[in-house]
Amino acid sequence: MLRRPPSSRSASQHRAPSPLLLLAASVLALLLALPVATLLLRAMRPDVLAALTLPTALDALRLSLLTTSLTLALTILLGTPLAYLLARYAFPGKRLLEAIVDLPVVLPPVVAGVALLLVFGRRGLLGAPLADAGIDLAFTTSAVVLAQLFVSSPFYVRALKVAFAAVPRSVEEAARIDGASQLGALRHVTLPLAVPGMIEGGVLAWARALGEFGATIVFAGSIAGRTRTMPLEIYAALERDLDAAIATSAVLALAAFALFLTVRLWVRAGASPAAD
Amino acid sequence: MKPLPLLLACLLLLGSVHAQRLTIAAASSLTEVMQDVAIAFEARHDGVRIDLNLAGSSTLATQIRQGAPFDVFASANETQMNLVANDERLDGAAVPFASNRLVVITPNGSPVTSVADLAMQGALVVLAGPEVPVGAYARDVLHRLDDLYGDGYANAVLANVVSEEPNVRQVAAKVTLGEADAAIVYATDAAILDPGAVTTLAIDDAYNVTARYPIAVLNATRQADLARAFVDFVLSDEGQALLAARGFTAP
Repeated sequence: MLRRPPSSRSASQHRAPSPLLLLAASVLALLLALPVATLLLRAMRPDVLAALTLPTALDALRLSLLTTSLTLALTILLGTPLAYLLARYAFPGKRLLEAIVDLPVVLPPVVAGVALLLVFGRRGLLGAPLADAGIDLAFTTSAVVLAQLFVSSPFYVRALKVAFAAVPRSVEEAARIDGASQLGALRHVTLPLAVPGMIEGGVLAWARALGEFGATIVFAGSIAGRTRTMPLEIYAALERDLDAAIATSAVLALAAFALFLTVRLWVRAGASPAAD
Repeated sequence: MKPLPLLLACLLLLGSVHAQRLTIAAASSLTEVMQDVAIAFEARHDGVRIDLNLAGSSTLATQIRQGAPFDVFASANETQMNLVANDERLDGAAVPFASNRLVVITPNGSPVTSVADLAMQGALVVLAGPEVPVGAYARDVLHRLDDLYGDGYANAVLANVVSEEPNVRQVAAKVTLGEADAAIVYATDAAILDPGAVTTLAIDDAYNVTARYPIAVLNATRQADLARAFVDFVLSDEGQALLAARGFTAP
């Protein structure tokens, strides 16, 4: 038996991977990297970049920023209490609720769109009474936000639930003993400790909302300036102007990539014990 | 490490099981009739299997121009066929094989009860996108109807458009679901909708347009003879009878 000399790095990081492992791993890594890299390269051409200044592309960009911001705000407002409830309390039907929260993550977005139509459509469960009250969601920007909220908020709730669970109860209880109310302890003690989880979940949810296509086109339709977000504009542009589609796609890919990379580096820097 | 090569072999096999397999890229409005034609063609050609790729003609034209390995393209208008032809993707010339007319469809309880009503304030109108043949035809008809209903009619209707769909079937779906108050589709699409749930409003022949469907063999085909036989079958008396049975008229 050979003994390695003591090293500051761990053995698992030090040993070189076998060529076969490298080969197999690089096949998938390439498959994942190549399409995005090619997309970005194609988008670098000046004539393609010029397509970004088209009014249709700008309309879509504006609408995407507006709707995803609203979606994120609603997600944080409504998702934080839900994550806390799931992290801190035991109640009947908790497993069921967790499964319901997880479902949109794996549900095909088109299915989400059909389901939303059945509830919020003009003849839907809630849509019909809403329409009678004069509130029409069909083909509106609100429908886009609703579709995004449905598919993206679970990412936030899941991440924050884990982050909340990682905050020791004793810390919270200590704050209560010192006279903080339950809400006060949550606001001043637990929430700040869970911020890395909030950010990680928020970024994931935002990126998912930004990329949302299937539920939106089924539930909200596609009209410039009102419901045609960037993914829908890319789909429409594919049939009339490939350059515009590529340029808009590149912006989406770059935005998501930059955000993820930033969060990863930030998590690496040790800011978060909970998020990894 | 056996699993990896085995997996790759399986993936390759997935792509090439049947040698005698034709892929027909056909406009959404041809969905049912192309199924009829495919069944009849398969019955005459032993061992041949027809795969239908149905989508908006503009989607299909984009796919073909990006190198999709289809054998035959049946488009709902000449614009999309010309795009493919100009890209030098055709094997031979395109031939018209059917025509169609446009109608307005409305769901039960819709405030739109006539073609003129499409322009009424607040009506939720759904069209196909301007790239999609039925969307282009619809805009054409609306502008022609300006002569009947007065200048500004077409613009008023277009201002009522709440969604531009990628193909005619998605347009029809918005009406069958009751989400839209009215939509413009082909007569053949309206004919297969439930008459108890959807009302069809005819557009005056003097203002209607004739949608002409061209078909062509694509040069991406590896079975030009079989692809040619399919096109010939569509143009034959038997093929034309199948089209007529679904409400299409002769080209």
